[in-house]
Amino acid sequence: MQKTYYDPADLKKFGKISEWNEELGNKFFDYYNSVFEEGELSAREKSLIALAVAHTIQCPYCIDAYTGDGLTRGITKVEMMEALHVAGAIRGGASLVHGVQMMNKVNKLEM
Amino acid sequence: MIKSLKRRNSELADGQKQLKILSNELFSEGHLPTFKQKISESGQFPLRAKNLEILQINVGYMCNQVCKHCHVDAGPDRKEIMTRETMEQCLEVLKNTTAHTLDLTGGAPEMNPNFRWFVEEASKIGVKDFIVRSNLTIMRSNKKYYDLPEFFKKHGIHVVSSMPHWTQGKTDSQRGNGVFQQSIEALRILNELGYGMENSPLKLDLVYNPSGAFLPADQKSLEADFKSALRKDFGIEFNELFAITNLPISRFLDYLVATDNYEDYMYSLVEAFNPATVSNVMCTNTLSVGWDGSLYDCDFNQMLDLPVNSKIKHISDYQEAILQNREIAISQHCYGCTAGAGSSCQGIVS
Repeated sequence: MQKTYYDPADLKKFGKISEWNEELGNKFFDYYNSVFEEGELSAREKSLIALAVAHTIQCPYCIDAYTGDGLTRGITKVEMMEALHVAGAIRGGASLVHGVQMMNKVNKLEM
Repeated sequence: MIKSLKRRNSELADGQKQLKILSNELFSEGHLPTFKQKISESGQFPLRAKNLEILQINVGYMCNQVCKHCHVDAGPDRKEIMTRETMEQCLEVLKNTTAHTLDLTGGAPEMNPNFRWFVEEASKIGVKDFIVRSNLTIMRSNKKYYDLPEFFKKHGIHVVSSMPHWTQGKTDSQRGNGVFQQSIEALRILNELGYGMENSPLKLDLVYNPSGAFLPADQKSLEADFKSALRKDFGIEFNELFAITNLPISRFLDYLVATDNYEDYMYSLVEAFNPATVSNVMCTNTLSVGWDGSLYDCDFNQMLDLPVNSKIKHISDYQEAILQNREIAISQHCYGCTAGAGSSCQGIVS
């Protein structure tokens, strides 16, 4: 039995989730593919957003997929790292902004 | 500067060794379907040559650059150069074929000492499209090449040049330090002469090869990104961008194996196989002539030493009637030309 939760080879099998529920699986992939088409945002911009979100949700499959996707689109490593810092800033900010709640509570409870 | 595989005495300098690796030798689990099996599924085997449209001539493997992905394994240490006698044989064929495009490649074709003579003679014969695949830096590498842009203009040459990226870092990493800056200088000079400018008959196309173990994205969107960045940062214009998939041969194969990317890359090529590209791959309307006059279905087969399936093997024996409808020689590297939108020396094929 495999001793790690994540296997890079599983990424290639992503499409197989449709096998156990074709209708919902197909609906998901139709939606997924539509999301990443050129729109008001370019496919390149969407790829960078996906890369940043992948790091925020810490999905190793998504990180692999959108790092590779970024390279195919000519996205540079500097651009990728900038996107990650945006994710990091939002993620860090999300923790820190709750500090206001902490401060409110402290201010309410302390004499 | 890195050395060629041949200079390093690498076993991958040998086409037969490369073909052996491509025959699934290195796969850790299972085997990939053969290209023959894959095209048979869609009833496209055997792949046959159509009427000759493009005569592609490799005038030598000598080059002033040593790019990491080069499928020719070209470099300053490669001495294979086409002789004037072989060039004369090519000219004789050009006079008597249906080919409307002449495509000169290398190495750096300009480094062949008979290059200018050949261009002048070929120009007299006249073709619809006369391509020289220039690496750009050759125009700035030595004073004896400084007048190449004017020479190209004089003969109405269609310049096709490699440009891996619009940033210095990615370009220099694939093609060598200083390549980006010299390429930008050469592009500026070509633009000043009218190359790549709107409504100008002087065509300047760029070629994009991914700088690593991944496939190219959509050619049109890459072209838009290249145009926008090169215009904004350097005021440079060009006509079209050709996105070419790196084929797993020669120096790129060496890179794939050395970096443990080979299996994944082959899987990604097979996964992206597009049967709609097969009928338009470059080998069906192109004949590739090696520096010694040997005939191949494409430049990649030339580097693998996979000759045409015909009793005519050399340009000096050329007979169109016999070479027509020949069965194209294929192997696993052909997945590279049939992945996604397809790939050829003119970019996508579907």
